[in-house]
Amino acid sequence: MAADHDASTPSDVELRVRAIESVLVEKGYVEAAALDHIVEAHETSIGPHIGARAVARAWVDPAYRQALFADASAAIAPFAHLGRVGDQLIAVENTPDVHNMVVCTLCSCYPWDVLGLPPVWYKSPAYRSRAVKEPRAVLAEFGLTLAPETAVRVWDSTAELRYLVVPMRPAGTDGWTEDQLAELIGRNCMIGVELPTVPTVA
Amino acid sequence: MDGVHDLGGMEGYGPVRAERDEPVFHHPWEGRVYALNTAMSARGVWNIDIGRFAIESLPPRVYTSSSYYELWLAKLEKLVLQYHLAEADELERGHADVPGPEPRFTAADVARVLARGSFVRGAEWGPRFAAGDRVRASNIHPRSHTRLPRYVRNHVGVVERVHDPNVFPDSMVRGDGPQPQWLYTVRFDGEELWGGDAEPDMAVSVNAFEPYLESA
Repeated sequence: MAADHDASTPSDVELRVRAIESVLVEKGYVEAAALDHIVEAHETSIGPHIGARAVARAWVDPAYRQALFADASAAIAPFAHLGRVGDQLIAVENTPDVHNMVVCTLCSCYPWDVLGLPPVWYKSPAYRSRAVKEPRAVLAEFGLTLAPETAVRVWDSTAELRYLVVPMRPAGTDGWTEDQLAELIGRNCMIGVELPTVPTVA
Repeated sequence: MDGVHDLGGMEGYGPVRAERDEPVFHHPWEGRVYALNTAMSARGVWNIDIGRFAIESLPPRVYTSSSYYELWLAKLEKLVLQYHLAEADELERGHADVPGPEPRFTAADVARVLARGSFVRGAEWGPRFAAGDRVRASNIHPRSHTRLPRYVRNHVGVVERVHDPNVFPDSMVRGDGPQPQWLYTVRFDGEELWGGDAEPDMAVSVNAFEPYLESA
């Protein structure tokens, strides 16, 4: 949409959306209220807080950590909206030796049921083209400079498997509760382009 | 197809620009497009692979100049017409001439579409490859849909994991049904893919269906 677009005048794309929605509702294929519910669920209930809860639990509970790496779909379901997570979700672990990052070079595949719908940058040609060829350069643009001895593993989501990066627990969080830890874990950490950081107290 | 959507390793797209505190939808129409696609997909007339191919096969200039949800709108318009769920003049006018066939997607159906679908299916034979096997990604260039990205074709990697058979996207889009195939995680070293231009100590894993792979 153009920057000078008048909000009171619908754009061409808005008109097309209104037209197809009207047709599909009039045809009887969809109920408008159902569309409202789908939008609302994504705006309010399905988001990265789901994945963050699982990562925080894995940091404090070794048995849960084991379960998460054995079957992430089952392990995360209790934290998910309506308790539902798609199958074939795989948790990959960052260590001092390996850093993981996730991409979909072909479209926009992403574990949206545990991270929410993917951000625009994840779907951008810049990220999709470069993540598999120059991951360190891409990470540097996110402010993450990896140690030379840390290998980079990129996971290109080319089928219906989905990946969740489990970052390392940051230093300075001893004794923190699971809830406090979950606050540190943003969506980008679980895609693998940022690391959780402990806010410095002013 | 060797389309502009197959972006791995392409140059010239500039830096990755991340928006802080990005909203789920930037405009209300994006949410409507997303929801319409979700609700219409639930009819089962097309599947996710057919939806992807509908986007990939848009003219390259449309693909490269459209936003993500503009592509989803184009996909929905294309599939609705392709499967005769509405006619072009109806979309033009924004009104339906005649009602369509059942079912109707209602609020009661929403919960079941709020998790990713399952693509795991049984197969009557065992997997051809095992973890640790060296495999070469086939040098294929089908005109139709495939999920083997160009940048790994004809390169050698190592099978890391064997997954249950999944619906085979290439077959679905050809109209030949699910034809489940064993699925593998295959790891390629950076140097194998990019030669001397690879960054140090990097590897890329893809998920590859068995027909994409040969012993190496």
